[in-house]
Order: sequence, then C-alpha cells, then structure tokens
Amino acid sequence: MATQHSRTAARAMMAPAVVLLLGWMLVPLIMTLYFSFKKYLPLRGGDLGWVGFDNYVRFVSSSSFWPSVQTTLLIVGAVLVITIALGVLLALLLDQPMFGQGIVRILVIAPFFVMPTVSALIWKNMFMDANYGLFAYLWEFFGAEPVAWMSQASIQSIIMIVSWQWLPFATLILLTAIQSLDSEQLEASEMDGATTLKRFWHIVLPHLSRAITVVLLIQTIFLLSIFAEIFVTTGGAFGSKTLTYLIFQRVLESQNVGLGSAGGVYAIILANIVAIFLMRIVGKNLDK
Amino acid sequence: MGKIVLNQVTKSFGDTQVIPPLDLTIEDGEFTVFVGPSGCGKSTLLRLIAGLEDVSSGSIEIAGREATQLKPAQRELAMVFQSYALYPHMSVRKNIAFPLKMAKMDKAEIDRRVESAADILNLTDYLERRPGQLSGGQRQRVAIGRAIVREPSAFLFDEPLSNLDAALRVGMRLEISELHKRLSTTMIYVTHDQVEAMTMATKIVVLRAGVIEQVGSPLELYNTPRNRFVAGFIGSPKMNFIEGALAAEHDAHCIGIRPEHIDVSATEGSIQGTINVSEHLGSDTFFHVNCEALNTTLTVRVDGEVGFNRGDTVFLTPKSDLIHRFDEQGLRL
Ligand SMILES: Nc1ncnc2c1ncn2[C@@H]1O[C@H](COP(=O)(O)OP(=O)(O)OP(=O)(O)O)[C@@H](O)[C@H]1O
Ligand SMILES: [Mg+2]
Repeated sequence: MATQHSRTAARAMMAPAVVLLLGWMLVPLIMTLYFSFKKYLPLRGGDLGWVGFDNYVRFVSSSSFWPSVQTTLLIVGAVLVITIALGVLLALLLDQPMFGQGIVRILVIAPFFVMPTVSALIWKNMFMDANYGLFAYLWEFFGAEPVAWMSQASIQSIIMIVSWQWLPFATLILLTAIQSLDSEQLEASEMDGATTLKRFWHIVLPHLSRAITVVLLIQTIFLLSIFAEIFVTTGGAFGSKTLTYLIFQRVLESQNVGLGSAGGVYAIILANIVAIFLMRIVGKNLDK
Repeated sequence: MGKIVLNQVTKSFGDTQVIPPLDLTIEDGEFTVFVGPSGCGKSTLLRLIAGLEDVSSGSIEIAGREATQLKPAQRELAMVFQSYALYPHMSVRKNIAFPLKMAKMDKAEIDRRVESAADILNLTDYLERRPGQLSGGQRQRVAIGRAIVREPSAFLFDEPLSNLDAALRVGMRLEISELHKRLSTTMIYVTHDQVEAMTMATKIVVLRAGVIEQVGSPLELYNTPRNRFVAGFIGSPKMNFIEGALAAEHDAHCIGIRPEHIDVSATEGSIQGTINVSEHLGSDTFFHVNCEALNTTLTVRVDGEVGFNRGDTVFLTPKSDLIHRFDEQGLRL
C-alpha cells in the first residue's frame, strides 16, 4: 500500500528522469518555436529581430511547399503499402517449414542492420547507375534502354530503397504474428471448406490486423522523417524533395534558420494530422 | 449414410509408426468413442479420418465413398476441436455460418440454419457476441453449432469437454448424447476419460500404442474385457489384479476383481486386511485395504456409510462368479 509519504518519495525519485526527458523534448521544441518567429540568418547578419508570422507565410507560399508535402505523403504511403503487402507474403513464406530456415530468416532481416546512408549509396551506385549499375545490365540484356533512375524515376527509386530497408521490419513483426495463429483454427476452416485463398482472407488476415496496425504506426513515425536516403541519392532534385528535406535546405543551404524553424513547426503539424488519422483507423482495430 | 471403414490404415511420423495396420468399421448412426491412455494415437486416428493427416498406407471409406485421397472439406465430416478453434474476430452468428458461406449457400437458407442451430443449442441470445465474450461452455456449444449446421455425414470430437469444469462436463455430456439421439448421425468421440466413454458410447474402441485392444459396447467391455489392459482401463475405480497362489486356485496366472464385486465383513471372509485409506464420496465409499497375505493393496467399493474406519481389520470376499481370469500374456481365459 502506497502511503502519502512513500508516494511523495516516489515522485521525488522519478523527478530527475522526468525532468531530463521533458527537457530533452521541450528545449528543441521551444527553440524551434522561438526561432520561427525571428529573422535569423547566421551568415548574413545573425539575429535580425522578431518578424511575427512572416516566416510561416513565406514557408507555405514558397512554390516548393505543397509539392514537398505531396512527395512526403506519396513516399510514406507507397512504402507502407509495399512493405506491408510484401511483408505479409514473405512472412507467409518464411512460416513454411523449409531447409535452412534459420539462416534464411537471418538473411531476410539483414537489410535492417544496414545504415540508411550505406544502403542508399549501394543502391544508387551498384544497382541504379545508368552506366554500370546491375539494373542497367539487366535492361540491356533484355534489349531495353537503361533507366537513369535518379533523374527519370527519382521518387520511385527512393521508394524502392526505403521499402527495401523497412521490409525486414514488417516481415519480422508479421512473421511472429503468423506464428501465433492457432493451427487448429486453420484446420477448422479447412474442414469448413475454405480454400487456401479464403483461409488467408477470412482467418489469417484478420489475425494479422493488429500486427499490421503496429507496423503501420511505427513505420509512419520513422518514414515521415527519412532524410539520408534522399541526401545521398538525388539530393532533393527531380521532385524528390520531402518536407524534411525542404527544411534542411532552408536551414543549411539558404542559411535561414527562422524560415526552416517555421517549416519544422509545419512538419510537426503534418505528423500530428497523419497520426490522428492513423489512430482513428487503428484505434478501431486495437479495440477488438 | 455415415458408415466409416478403415482398411489396413497405418500412420508414421518419420521413422516412428504411430498407428500399425488397423482395421475398423463404424456403422451408420453409431456413437463411437476412442479411449486410451495419453499418446496412444487417438487424435492421430481421428485426424486421419478427418483428412487433416494423410495415411501412410491403407484406405478409408466414408459413406460408401473411397475417401483416402479426398481433401478434408470433401469428406463431409465436421470436427469439434479441443480448443474449440472458433474464429475470434467473427461473431457467433458468423462463426456458425462460416461453413455454409464457404459452401456458397444462399443467404436465407444460411440464416434459417443458423437460427435453428442456435435454438437447439440455446445460443439465440449470444448470436451477436464474439467468442471472447462467452464462457467455456457457451464456446463449446458454438463449436458444436458450427459442426451441426453443415449436416455432415459424421461428427468428429477430439476431447471436446476436457477444458470444462466437472459440473459443466456432466451437463455437456448429456447435451451431446441428446444431440446424437436427435440427429442420429454417426459420431466419433475421442476422450481419455473412461466415464465419458461408458456413459455416451454405443461402441467403445480401446486403443493402446495405436493398436485396437478391444471393440464393443460399454457393458461388453465392462463384463468381458479381452485382456488385462482393457480390464484395467474400463471401470472406476480400477480393477484389482492378484497374481500368485490365489490366482493359481482359479487356474489362472492372474485374476481380476472389480472393487464393486468384493464383499466386506468385520468377522469372516477369505482375505484378511487392514484399511489403509478410506475415501467417502457420500453415495459410495472406497477402501484401500492392505492385504499382507497377498502382499498387495485391494480397492473395495461399498455403499454409502459403513461402520469401518482407517486402521480397522476387515475380511474381503470376492464374488466368485464375477472374477476375471487372465493368462501369462494377460489374455482373458
Ligand atoms: N506431427 C507429429 N509428428 C511426430 N509425432 C507425432 C505427431 N503427432 C503425434 N505424434 C505422436 O503420435 C503419438 C500419438 O499422438 P496422439 O496425439 O494421437 O495421441 P493421443 O492419443 O491423442 O494423446 P492425448 O490423449 O494426450 O491427446 C504420440 O506418441 C505423439 O508423440
Ligand atoms: Mg489427443
């Protein structure tokens, strides 16, 4: 039983951790808010005073703003669809008894351990290079014109790279979910006359809905802020500029901290809209 | 219609043969119970009939059709699993309707059948609930409901009552028996509880290590067990076995006497012993009597309250016409 005394003591002991975490979160947030209302150009005069909502207006009225939001949503959406669809298929496949199962599973997970910068560079140079990339050879082998991935299909390239990185995560979570499916349920549905496809649709997929929800939420959080994959491949060119990348450009390339901070606040708002939206769909799923 | 014939069926998992060649005929409308100790292959045999496992050799005939190569769904059997195997994300109504929906039956007919099954099983008030919101007994009934709507040629039950508490088990036992009377469809029921077997079956199949030890009606098995294993397995409490001089008096290697076939007296009888433990069940009392002369403990069953206590010396007299005699191999003489 917690007495008044022990509760006070508990609070006092937790306080340092809470304060630290709060500070960790609040300081950058407050600084972003602070700078977003200032004209702050580090190499061109530094702090030039308060400007009200000027930065906010300028950030949205820039011609790159809406395209960058669209690109962000497109990349996040496409990667989610691809990783979840392929993840379910791969998980089903890996769940089958086969020779060398342990090794195959480790290999499937491996891409997740490769740093984003490294994997994007490997994709860019080894696979997607229009002259000596493996894809170029493949295209030539079939008599087709090699694709200059980075310029002709920049968004698709980034989607491909990021999907490759996140597929293992989705597969892993979905595989554990599939393994927890009661085999008697499958047998019962088999006796009830359900074909393989119907079994998947009526039994396996509903069973996976929670796991899919979790994958959806976690991936969205991380995908909204992908940066390295764009930085080392297209550098934001050819319509592959996401909101995160736009902010980076405003702050570092244009050296306009105030404008970038305003963009940061928009990014927070976008993330929250997406989160609320997802929670709505997902909340229903998790209630069951 | 629901006759099932197994012909020289075997089943091996890898190198271990779980079911050696086995022949069995289950007549239409029979309530057949497979009993046997844990791991003897009851579930495996049932799953072979259901088609969830493939036979290693031999053939299975269901309702006059060669069924060895048929898929589970094509065998027109319905199975109730030990874990119920209900679909957790579907309502009770959808669970029961699932096999009909898979058979592409039209909506009105599905509704009619689901309603009537729910009516039989007292599930009408729960149709919109999910399995997670039901008690164990209700879930069991949903599983049975899902089986009966298809009007299969036979029902297969794999220890359907083992997850229920004792009182509910007795109730469900009756319900399943009544269901059998009402539908008079072939039922195959797996259990390791010999009370369930005795009370429900029209035919009991006793299995040991995949081998059929005896097939017969409950009373046949009780009265004339073919060997020591069946004699020991059927009946509760277990039959007493006595070897040595007393058995030799009856020209046997071993004799068996059921606890209920022994008279107890304070003054006279053929075997003297001391009561070691007494179990009072109210209607019956079981004594475990230590008989020094025989170097064994005999279990005795007497009616209700009798004036004996732990430590008392008693005399036991087996009813001579109810003694079972067995030879060295354990076969009945
Ligand atoms: N998939 C399998 N692979 C290998 N051996 C198996 C498999 N399934 C069952 N067995 C073996 O077959 C034997 C019979 O198993 P089965 O499940 O039929 O027993 P049972 O009579 O139903 O026992 P219980 O009363 O405990 O359910 C056991 O020795 C078991 O180890
Ligand atoms: Mg079993």
